[in-house]
Amino acid sequence: MTKITYREAVRIGLREALQRNPRVFLMGEDVGKYGGTYACSKGLLDEFGPERIRDTPLSESTFVGAGIGAALGGMRPIVEVMTVNFSLLALDQILNNAATLRHMSGGQFSVPLVVRMATGAGRQVAAQHSHSLEGWYAHIPGITVLTPATVTDARGMLLTALHEPDPVFIFEHAYLYSIEGELEEGPPAVDISRAAVRRTGKDVSLMTFGGSVWKALAAATQLAQEGIEAEVVDLRVLRPLDIGTILASVQKTHRAVVIDEAWRTGSFAAEIAAQIMEEAFYDLDAPVARVCSEEVPIPYPKHLEDAALPQPEKIVRAVHRLLGRG
Amino acid sequence: MTYSMTREQGLQLLRHMLRIRRFEERAAELYQLGKIRGFLHLYIGEEAVAVGSIPSFTSEDAIVATYREHGHALVRGTSMGTLMAELYGKATGCASGRGGSMHFFDASRRFYGGLAIVAGGLPVAVGLALADKLQGRARVTGCYFGDGAVAEGEFHESLNLAALWKLPVLFLCENNLYAMGTALARHQSQTDIAAKAKAYALPAETVDGMDPLAVETATRHAVEFVRNGNGPYFLEYRTYRFRAHSMYDAELYRTKDEVAEWKRRDPIMTFEQTLRTAGLLADTDLQNIETEIATEIEDAVAFAEASPWEPVEQLTKDVCTPKT
Repeated sequence: MTKITYREAVRIGLREALQRNPRVFLMGEDVGKYGGTYACSKGLLDEFGPERIRDTPLSESTFVGAGIGAALGGMRPIVEVMTVNFSLLALDQILNNAATLRHMSGGQFSVPLVVRMATGAGRQVAAQHSHSLEGWYAHIPGITVLTPATVTDARGMLLTALHEPDPVFIFEHAYLYSIEGELEEGPPAVDISRAAVRRTGKDVSLMTFGGSVWKALAAATQLAQEGIEAEVVDLRVLRPLDIGTILASVQKTHRAVVIDEAWRTGSFAAEIAAQIMEEAFYDLDAPVARVCSEEVPIPYPKHLEDAALPQPEKIVRAVHRLLGRG
Repeated sequence: MTYSMTREQGLQLLRHMLRIRRFEERAAELYQLGKIRGFLHLYIGEEAVAVGSIPSFTSEDAIVATYREHGHALVRGTSMGTLMAELYGKATGCASGRGGSMHFFDASRRFYGGLAIVAGGLPVAVGLALADKLQGRARVTGCYFGDGAVAEGEFHESLNLAALWKLPVLFLCENNLYAMGTALARHQSQTDIAAKAKAYALPAETVDGMDPLAVETATRHAVEFVRNGNGPYFLEYRTYRFRAHSMYDAELYRTKDEVAEWKRRDPIMTFEQTLRTAGLLADTDLQNIETEIATEIEDAVAFAEASPWEPVEQLTKDVCTPKT
């Protein structure tokens, strides 16, 4: 098995996508000459040329909207938005056009668009570059929302997304780009319909996605030293949600903690908790717990940023409370 | 200005303007009867723009329009019956009844809406043009929007991107002087809309939008310019909406005198006079056209009335494309 960074995995996925299908092209801010803000598209301009690797003006709404139009016109665009915070400038196009056109037109128009963006905190880039808004996107019917946590998913989800007939949004946690992992054997394009159990356990289920998967795994390692066996479920796909895997885990462990880097109120974690309550209430030995970000704009200094985010220690404490050891 | 026009061309322009006018007059009546609900934005007064411009596009070209798009869809060739059924919200409508007045769609005629977020269609049109350019197709995308759209960021972003990438898109601004109820001069520091386009290095011109022949001449030229690979082009049609913005508008923002002044330039009335003066229109022609249209409208209403509602079981159909 090969060890590569998450950033390299994204780049491999992009290269393979561009090689496989001449209708695929990449556009976004600084994807070409600069090589991508996170260096995910480094070298692609030289390899594929300016027709297929397109630097755009700082016009999020228009280049996302142009992605919608190009998809309607028979292309397979990959649009990169620099961060989820900037994607708010394109939210009109995403919600009112990309997600809506198919239903509103009575099924006449599909939008096979892939949008990638960085999300999440942990790099001391303060309150306008650090938020986790993928849960907002998961609120929208008509789109698929992916949160690759591993290098295998970072490469493979992109390839699968390019075969989807409707819009797919891929949220790459910015903290993960430099993290190394092993590219699993198997077909490059991965399943995008199922959650994955990243660690098995019988005492409690840790439900999470994206960058928090690694924090949950770190918490599980700590808990194991105390003899508590935590199961870690990586949701992978926020919409459509694989509720079956979630329920199967809860029915085994009877306890669940949902970890989500978004703010607690109205978070995707709240949705997971509600669905567990609706479908597996009588399997629970304790209320579903949540570990989310504190309800503040993410601050710059490291000690405050750390305090604002879910951390392995917070997850461990939440598990202790569930088990009556808090 | 002089035009060479055959009798048939002249009658066709008049026929299309009257089709739109009568269709919408009937739609307004049906709205009062509660047959049509929601928002209904009438195009009455502006007919010369759609009638003069839409025929310049081929069936391979794409049209992106706004929530005031009844006229555009009618001239593009979508049947009046499916449009009326859409206004009713019936399953036989051009969007299966799901969109209503603001959201006409017709994939078979490359009619991409019916988009009701002001300026939201411009980026989509830019993307459709990009797809054509990347695939080497000599197609043109025509993008209609109103004067209100020029205040939106997407207007400026889209003109810039289209000009930067030399995309085959024709921007068609229907300037009826009011963004809903706010006059152009009350929301724009620069009221010369064509001047804004020129600032993005687009060739731009202003056209009398009450004259179907002026619209036709300018649009035909602009479409050819774009089709020949010269990049985008911008047309501003000066026009006027005779009716309220929608059915809920008390029209407190403009005077009756102003409306009356513009009605003296009613494109149907003035063009009818032009045809008569040129000896191209007889009374019987007009009667025949009106009779044909009355029949078409009655058939459309009957079709809409008789059409079924989409079954509730299909509520979530086509949120996503079915997986095969």
